[in-house]
Amino acid sequence: MIDLADTATPAAAIMNEPPYDELVLEARNVDFFYGKNQALFGVDLPVRRNAITALIGPSGCGKSTLLRVLNRIYALYPGQRAVGRVVLDGEDVLHEQRRLPWLRKRVSMVMETQTGADPIEEEQVLRVGTDLARLRARVGMVFQKPTPFPMSIYDNIAFGVRIYHRKSKAEMDEIVETALRRAALWDEVKDKLHSPGLGLSGGQQQRLCVARGIAVEPEVLLLDEPASALDPISTAKLEETLVELKKDFTVVIVTHNLQQAARIADYTGFMFLGRMIEFGPTNDLFLQPKSDKTRDYVTGRFG
Amino acid sequence: MNAFNSGDEGFTPSPRSSAGDTASLRPPVRGAWFDPIFEYLCLSAATLLLASLGGLVISLAIGGWPALSHFGWSFFTSTTWNPVTDVYGAAGAIAGTLITSFVALALALPVAIGIAVYLVEFCPRAIARPIAIAVELLAGIPSIVYGMWGLFIFAPLFAEYVQMPLMMNAAPGSLAEKLFAGIPNGANILSASIILSIMILPYMAAVLRELLMTVPPQVREAAYGLGCTPFEVVTSVIVPYIKRGMIGVVMLGLGRALGETMAVTFVIGNAHGFPDSIFASGATLASTIANEFTEATGDLHTSALIALGLVLFIITFTVLALARLLLSSQKY
Ligand SMILES: Nc1ncnc2c1ncn2[C@@H]1O[C@H](COP(=O)(O)OP(=O)(O)OP(=O)(O)O)[C@@H](O)[C@H]1O
Ligand SMILES: [Mg+2]
Repeated sequence: MIDLADTATPAAAIMNEPPYDELVLEARNVDFFYGKNQALFGVDLPVRRNAITALIGPSGCGKSTLLRVLNRIYALYPGQRAVGRVVLDGEDVLHEQRRLPWLRKRVSMVMETQTGADPIEEEQVLRVGTDLARLRARVGMVFQKPTPFPMSIYDNIAFGVRIYHRKSKAEMDEIVETALRRAALWDEVKDKLHSPGLGLSGGQQQRLCVARGIAVEPEVLLLDEPASALDPISTAKLEETLVELKKDFTVVIVTHNLQQAARIADYTGFMFLGRMIEFGPTNDLFLQPKSDKTRDYVTGRFG
Repeated sequence: MNAFNSGDEGFTPSPRSSAGDTASLRPPVRGAWFDPIFEYLCLSAATLLLASLGGLVISLAIGGWPALSHFGWSFFTSTTWNPVTDVYGAAGAIAGTLITSFVALALALPVAIGIAVYLVEFCPRAIARPIAIAVELLAGIPSIVYGMWGLFIFAPLFAEYVQMPLMMNAAPGSLAEKLFAGIPNGANILSASIILSIMILPYMAAVLRELLMTVPPQVREAAYGLGCTPFEVVTSVIVPYIKRGMIGVVMLGLGRALGETMAVTFVIGNAHGFPDSIFASGATLASTIANEFTEATGDLHTSALIALGLVLFIITFTVLALARLLLSSQKY
């Protein structure tokens, strides 16, 4: 376990109350590069267990990018690169042991005697391949653009579950129904579960993807503007679900809807031009922002 | 096919500005006068294509008619092809064509999928491009080169290291002995199939790679985002995503294999009759035509060869039509 308390990170500085033991996921001093373009500059994000953390900020400020770092989906693209640390339950998930782990261990043991480096840190880095899949199973993500798989509505949800568990038909039916109900989609699709997911409307597809993300029950669920194409009633139902899910999951949600953040988020971070300008309990951030930029944004003066 | 000529009556761009009153409100688009001409140019291009296709079928039918009427159904069912006695049956060549093509397809498809998936999903960008270009270049090699390579290099090696050991070790009287019977010179049905598969492999791999690249990155991300391993992403999401296109690739590969002439003619052994083992010499429709057309003297012989052409045309056409049918019946 890495001791988070004694490293005085900027995150600690801007947090109002620091019960660090509750952190499930934390980004520390993360820089991110799309090739040569830097999109994130020293971003810190503490994510508390069983809480909803919202990210707000003007378009293009790096909210999606930050989410993509948290479950390392960016690693699919060779040109993209993150620097810093992302710690999930005490494990640094940003760095991986490429090959020859025994050699690395030897070297780090030698290094330790010379420089006093922490050998445990080496042990805790991720291994390539299956570990990356395991990380993404623990930190699930629903993307900004809806992306149903080319299969039926039912299978879209069952597919993710089948990767992890063998379920009977009845159990799977129940999982699918629960997930669809939670995503406020059940009533619309219950009669056509076996028609293609790609045949749904944009907003329905978005909810299908949320249902798919919920069904696999990740520890942390990253949602990138899950309500951007939804009507007010579906949005309200989805928000209800997220608040209810808090009991079992941890949620990080990107939203352009400030009221939505204010309604459901326990903590909110305001980002601007690739930096985390302010982070804290939602009420504080909206009612007593410390930064002028935050105040301008939450009062609607820009962005 | 008639999608081409739907333009002549089904859809006429209605020039509303000619109604008079709207013309004063909005000036006509500057290039509008060219529109009808453009439409007719496209129509005549389409008509030209259909006309030449029709002409081809008709002349094949007329040319092949003497043989077809002379032999009747036995032209398709008899395996006797004897220019000396002037008796012609196409069953052997039809079987040779279908067997070599399907075996080639079965051999090439898994490898082509492997190549394409590796290039798109796993290979580091820096070397993926050069390899992809190499694959495309391979696809462009003229088939006669494959044929020569097959005859001079592949066939002798195949005879020595595959055919001979198999024949030697087959127990007398066993099924294996029957299966492996033949002249051990490497010119047979199986080696023709292998050469064919090598030939269609780069072509199929190149098209499959293009197909894989059309999968939106978001779909891939979403699958990885659920915690899928690369294998699961490829088999469960990416391949289903392109399965329509895959059927197309299969059919294109098959179409190419069915009609391939030179590469096959070199290595199939050119023996008439139904191939009775995997190492039997054989012939295909295309190889028979290529081999005999210059020396066909009798009218009936020439007519029989043209009829083979007609049969090949019909088989290829059926394969493509089946592909269309399968594509349109896909649910997703
Ligand atoms: N694939 C990419 N390649 C290069 N630059 C990118 C890429 N994706 C995003 N960027 C850049 O990174 C910055 C942050 O983008 P990001 O998508 O994280 O913004 P965002 O806060 O999610 O915006 P929005 O609210 O519009 O979704 C932007 O300046 C964008 O131009
Ligand atoms: Mg975004």
